[in-house]
Amino acid sequence: MTASLIVRDPGLFATIQDLGRWDYLKFGVSNSGAMDRVSLQIANMLVGNDPGEAAVEFTAMGGTYEVAAESCRMAVVGGDFPVSIDNEPAAPYTSHTLARGSRLSIGYSRSGMRGYLAVSGGFDLLPALGSLSTHIRFGLGGLNGKALAPDSRIPLKKPDLSPGADLFLDASLIPGTAGPIRVVMGPQDDYFAEDGIKTFLSSQYRVTGQSDRMGFRLDGPEIAHAGDFNIVSDGIAAGSVQVPGNRLPIVLLADRQTTGGYPKIATVITADLHRLAQMEPGEMIRFESVSVETAEDEYLRLRRCLENIAESLEPTDSETTETYRLLSANLIDGVCWINPNVA
Amino acid sequence: MPKNRKTESLLYEKPRFLQAGDSAVTIELGNVVDIGVNEAVAVLEKTIEEAAIEGVLATIPTYRSLQVIYDPARIRSRELIPRLSDLLPKDRQDAMGGRRWEIPVCYGSDHGMDLEFVASAHNLSTDDVIGIHSGGEYRVYMIGFAPGFAYLGGLPDPLHTPRRNNPRTLTPARSVSLGGIQAAISTMPVPSGWHMLGQTPVRTYDLSRKEPFLLQTGDRIRFKPITHDEFERLDALAEKGDIIAQCEVIP
Repeated sequence: MTASLIVRDPGLFATIQDLGRWDYLKFGVSNSGAMDRVSLQIANMLVGNDPGEAAVEFTAMGGTYEVAAESCRMAVVGGDFPVSIDNEPAAPYTSHTLARGSRLSIGYSRSGMRGYLAVSGGFDLLPALGSLSTHIRFGLGGLNGKALAPDSRIPLKKPDLSPGADLFLDASLIPGTAGPIRVVMGPQDDYFAEDGIKTFLSSQYRVTGQSDRMGFRLDGPEIAHAGDFNIVSDGIAAGSVQVPGNRLPIVLLADRQTTGGYPKIATVITADLHRLAQMEPGEMIRFESVSVETAEDEYLRLRRCLENIAESLEPTDSETTETYRLLSANLIDGVCWINPNVA
Repeated sequence: MPKNRKTESLLYEKPRFLQAGDSAVTIELGNVVDIGVNEAVAVLEKTIEEAAIEGVLATIPTYRSLQVIYDPARIRSRELIPRLSDLLPKDRQDAMGGRRWEIPVCYGSDHGMDLEFVASAHNLSTDDVIGIHSGGEYRVYMIGFAPGFAYLGGLPDPLHTPRRNNPRTLTPARSVSLGGIQAAISTMPVPSGWHMLGQTPVRTYDLSRKEPFLLQTGDRIRFKPITHDEFERLDALAEKGDIIAQCEVIP
């Protein structure tokens, strides 16, 4: 029997995601990949993987997974999800080694929308177009291009215990989530009236229920175009905020189309995409305009933050107790995060 | 391809560099659907690809612009934009060579459910529509919307047809269609408000091939009408991995 992880309950919606595919954008293939790339990478670090290894991305509620291997080291990272192993509470942002037959369960999120379940060694699946990321509409990647279904088995690369210790991440190092969502204006901000831009930057927008891996539809004050709201199609970057004829913004995300014909008023900075990915329907967003230089600086800062995390993981048998970790994992208030309003 | 184009004036005098966040910059060469502009996009894409700039990850060519995706950890916008500017052609260039594909199409019936509608919309017979559609040469302006979905320019004027008021939620894979002034070849079932003229057995997208995508921006296309029996025969070959489309390299 091949070593595998059995999906006993996939929760509300779960897919396999890595950092996505970049070589086929010109052929109309979305890059896909984890919506919250920061959490995916931390989850992988905790189980000793390359940060870009594929993991399970779950949404709002995690479900239950059973180990069908000698043993398996696993970690859950992302929104604030309750985790248990064989019905005993277990800490997120911590790797745990589970024996054959053990079950890891992830409940409904207390805050945040997405979580990642990484396994040591990763999944033994064939990449599609260079990536294991699932794109459901295109039937690409993951397990047969589909969302995880009950009782499906995900083959594991490693059948037994990985060397090294279980690790945990000090909660103070987790990047914070507070503050406005920062954008670089454009590429088509000249298609909007001055008033429209003012509305966009000074209003609050609500994340609607029509929000998924392709994009988030927002609701709030209407954004006035300067004239025509159709453009000759051009490329759509991750985080593009397009405003179609109904004057309400849509932020285009991992599974977005590669090209499109609506003007894009602004683009969410890369360093804030993981924060946006965790926002729940009903939550309010405020956008703040920053320069390209600042956006690039913030991206570099986030990378350094992840490098720091990789070097700061501690074995769970060190001085800290399980109780402390359970508590501290809920105190998501990062020292990594520097408030853009202060800088 | 006429080397002396009349359409050059549709290119911007000075291309615009539009920042699309911190990891992409869109080079806009024009603002219209036009063969000259699209040709300039294809030339620029090739030049940028050959320049192999450290930190440039990918490009997305469209009708009239080229999006350059970069890694700000390896190159910053303020360094990238001057380097891209240097790659813009100093003079108007001759048309690039390229590839011309002959794509077999079975028109009408279940393969193209809107053939009769398009014919009656223009007071033409279905044979006229087939003759006009397969008589022109098309150009792949852009791949987008879905993997391998090819937007084509060059639809002869008599076939320009407004899109359906009521888009279909799914259309057959490998449909050859038209909408407004454009034509297209699809690869998989997709929603569409365009008119389905026919279907090709050619897999322009096949994951089992080493190079999964057959067509790219700048390729020329000619359609060749085939019978239903011929469709069945070619479809069986294509299913086994045969490319079946003829390709000619234009110098």
